[in-house]
Amino acid sequence: MIRIETLTKQYGPLTVVDSVSMSIERGSITVIVGTSGSGKSTLLRMINRLVEPTSGRVLIDNNDTATEPAHLLRRRIGYVIQGNGLFPHRTVAENIATVPTLLGWDGARISARVDELLRIFQLDPAEFAAKFPHQLSGGQQQRVGVARALAAEPAVLLMDEPFGALDPIIRSKAQDDLLDIQRRFGTTVVLVTHDMDEAFRLGARVAVMSQGRVLQYDRPAVLLTRPADPFVSRLTGTTDRAMKLLSLTTAGEVAEPGAAEGPTVAATASLREVLSDLLWSGAQVATVLNADGTPAGRVTMAGILAHGRNS
Amino acid sequence: MTSLPRPHVIDRLGVLLSLAGAAALVFLPFVVLKANRIMPGDVRSVSEVLPLWATLSFGVILILVAATAIGIADARVRLVVALAGVAVVALAIAAAGNALTPPGNKVVRVSPGTGFWVLLIALGLMATDAITRLRPGPGMRVLFLVLFAAVAGAALAHGMFDNLSIMREYAVNAGRFAREARQHVFLAVGSLAAAVVVALPVGVLCHRVPRIRAGTLGTLNLIQTIPSIALFGILMVPLGALAAAVPWAAEFGIRGIGTAPAMVALFLYSLLPVVANTVVGLGRVSPATVEAARGMGLTSRQILTDIELILAFPVILTGIRIVLVQNIGLVTVAALIGGGGFGTFVFQGIGQTAIDLVLLGAIPTVALAFSSAVLLDALVDVMNRARQ
Repeated sequence: MIRIETLTKQYGPLTVVDSVSMSIERGSITVIVGTSGSGKSTLLRMINRLVEPTSGRVLIDNNDTATEPAHLLRRRIGYVIQGNGLFPHRTVAENIATVPTLLGWDGARISARVDELLRIFQLDPAEFAAKFPHQLSGGQQQRVGVARALAAEPAVLLMDEPFGALDPIIRSKAQDDLLDIQRRFGTTVVLVTHDMDEAFRLGARVAVMSQGRVLQYDRPAVLLTRPADPFVSRLTGTTDRAMKLLSLTTAGEVAEPGAAEGPTVAATASLREVLSDLLWSGAQVATVLNADGTPAGRVTMAGILAHGRNS
Repeated sequence: MTSLPRPHVIDRLGVLLSLAGAAALVFLPFVVLKANRIMPGDVRSVSEVLPLWATLSFGVILILVAATAIGIADARVRLVVALAGVAVVALAIAAAGNALTPPGNKVVRVSPGTGFWVLLIALGLMATDAITRLRPGPGMRVLFLVLFAAVAGAALAHGMFDNLSIMREYAVNAGRFAREARQHVFLAVGSLAAAVVVALPVGVLCHRVPRIRAGTLGTLNLIQTIPSIALFGILMVPLGALAAAVPWAAEFGIRGIGTAPAMVALFLYSLLPVVANTVVGLGRVSPATVEAARGMGLTSRQILTDIELILAFPVILTGIRIVLVQNIGLVTVAALIGGGGFGTFVFQGIGQTAIDLVLLGAIPTVALAFSSAVLLDALVDVMNRARQ
C-alpha cells in the first residue's frame, strides 16, 4: 500500500501540489485525473522522488521513501512515460534489461525475464529482441516501454500519460493489455491521465485533481453519482453520465438466471455495449456467455435501465 | 531500335575540366628546368622532353580522358579513366625528370610546371567528382584512401620521381622531414586531445547550466576570431614571462617560442568546435529518454556516460573532425614561432625563394588534412548508421 501524507510541492511562491493525502490500495489501478497544470504529474513524480516534496511524505508498505537513496528507490518502482522514452541506441532486449542489469541480475535470469516479457506483450523474442526502437511501430514501442518498467518485477508501477501518444485503436488495445497485466502480476498501478474515459475504464479508484488539490477520490461510480464538487461533475460530464455509469458495470456482474434468448454478449462486455446491442437488434433480452462459451445467464433491457438510474 | 539516335548528354563539368586541361597543356609550361635550385628556369613542353611515341600516346590518352569526361555518364568508368589519366600524367612528369637530368648531376632542378599542376587538379577533380557520384559507403571511402596512399607510397619508394625537384629537396632534408612530420602530427593531435579533455566537461556544464552557455561560447568564439599569427604572437609574452619567473616551467620546455605557445594556441582554437558540438549533441538527446533513465534509477553519472554522451557522440565526433583538419592546417603557421612541423619547410622555402621547398611542406600538409577528413567522416558515418 502507498500512503501519501500531506504532500506539498512549491516552486517559489507557486504551490503545485497542495497538502495532498491519500491511500492507494495494493494490487489495484488508481488513476489521478485532472486538467493540465493541476499538479497530477508532480504528485506522481513525488512517489518515486523524481520531484522531491517540499513537505509531507510518501510511505510504501509503511516505509518512508525519503529514507533510501532516490536512485535505489526508483529501481524498485516501475515508471512509464508518454512517448515511452526508450533508449534509441539500445536494442529492445537491452532496453528491457535496464533495471535488472542495474540490480546485478545474472545474465541467464535477465534473458529469461526479457523473453518472458516479450511473449506476454505479444512480441516474438526471435523477431523483436535484437531490433532497435526506431524499427518498431508506436504501439510496439509503447509495449516495450511497459515491459521495461515491469522487468524487475516491481510491486508498484507509475504511469504518466502512458497512452497519450497512441491513436485511439491502439490506445484501446494498450488499455486492455494493462488491465490484463495488472491482474496477472497483481501490480499496484498509479496512472496519470487527463482523459476521463481512460480514468473510468482503468481505475478501480479515481482521484480528481485541480489546482494542486485532490477534489474527490473514490470509485468511478461514486464520482458520477455523487460528485463532491462542481468541477468533478464538469470533468465527468453531465450529458452522458448515465451511459458512463453503464460502462462501469459488465454484463457478467449483473447476469440473472433465466432462459437463453435474444442476442449473445460476452460476460466482459459493459452494460453500455449490451444496451447498444439490444437497441440495434430490437430485442429486450440478451444472453450472457462466459469466455469459454458457456451461458452465464441473461440481462434484460429493464435491468440495464435500472443500473443507469441515479440511485 | 538500335538505330534510333540516343539523346547525348554533355557533362558540363567534364567540358570545363577538359578545356582547363587542354589550355594548361597548350599555354602553360609542363616542366621547368633550372640550372640550380634558385636560378630562374627554362620552360619545356611535353613534346620537348618526351620521345615522339610517348608524346603521341600521352596526347591520345588525355584526349580519351577528355572524351570520357564530356560524354560518359557512368561514374565507375569516369573514376577509372580519371585515375588512369593521373597515372599517365605522373609517369610523364617522372620521365621528364629523368630525361632532363644529366646522369649523376645533383644540382640541376626539374620542377613540375603550372601546366602539370593544372592538369593534375583537373584530373583529381574528375576523380573526386566520380567518387561523389558513386556515393560509396564509409568502408569503401577508406579503402579508396588506403589504395591511393599505397600506390602513391609505392611510387615514391620506387624512386621514379627522385629526379624531380621536390624529391631532391626531400633527399637533402630526409632526416628533418621525418622529425617535422612527427612534430606536425604531435602538435595537431596533442592539442586536440588536450582540448577534448577540457572541452567535454565544459560542454556538459554548458548543457546543464544554460546561464553560462552564452558567455562560454561567446568567449570561445572570440578566440576563434583572433588571427592565428596574432594568437601565436600574443602567447609569446605570457609564456616567456612564465618561463623567466618559474624555473621548473622552463625545464618543462615552456618558453615564449617553440612548442609551448604553439600547443596552447592550437588548444585554444580547438575548444570552440568541441564545446559547441558537445552542447548541440547533448541538446539533441530527447528529454523523454533522460527522464525515463532517471525514472528507472540510473544515477546522474550513468545517465551522462551511458545515455547522453553516447547519443551525442556522433555530433561530438563531427566537432573533433573539424578541429583535427583545422589544426593540421594551423600547425603550418606555428613554424613561425619555432613550433616546428611542415610549416618549417614552407617558411624556409619562402625565405629562400625555393618554391620546391615550399611544396615539400605544403603537399604533405594537404595530404594529411585530406586523409584525416576522409577517415573521420567515415567514422561519423558509421556512428550515424549504427543508431539513427
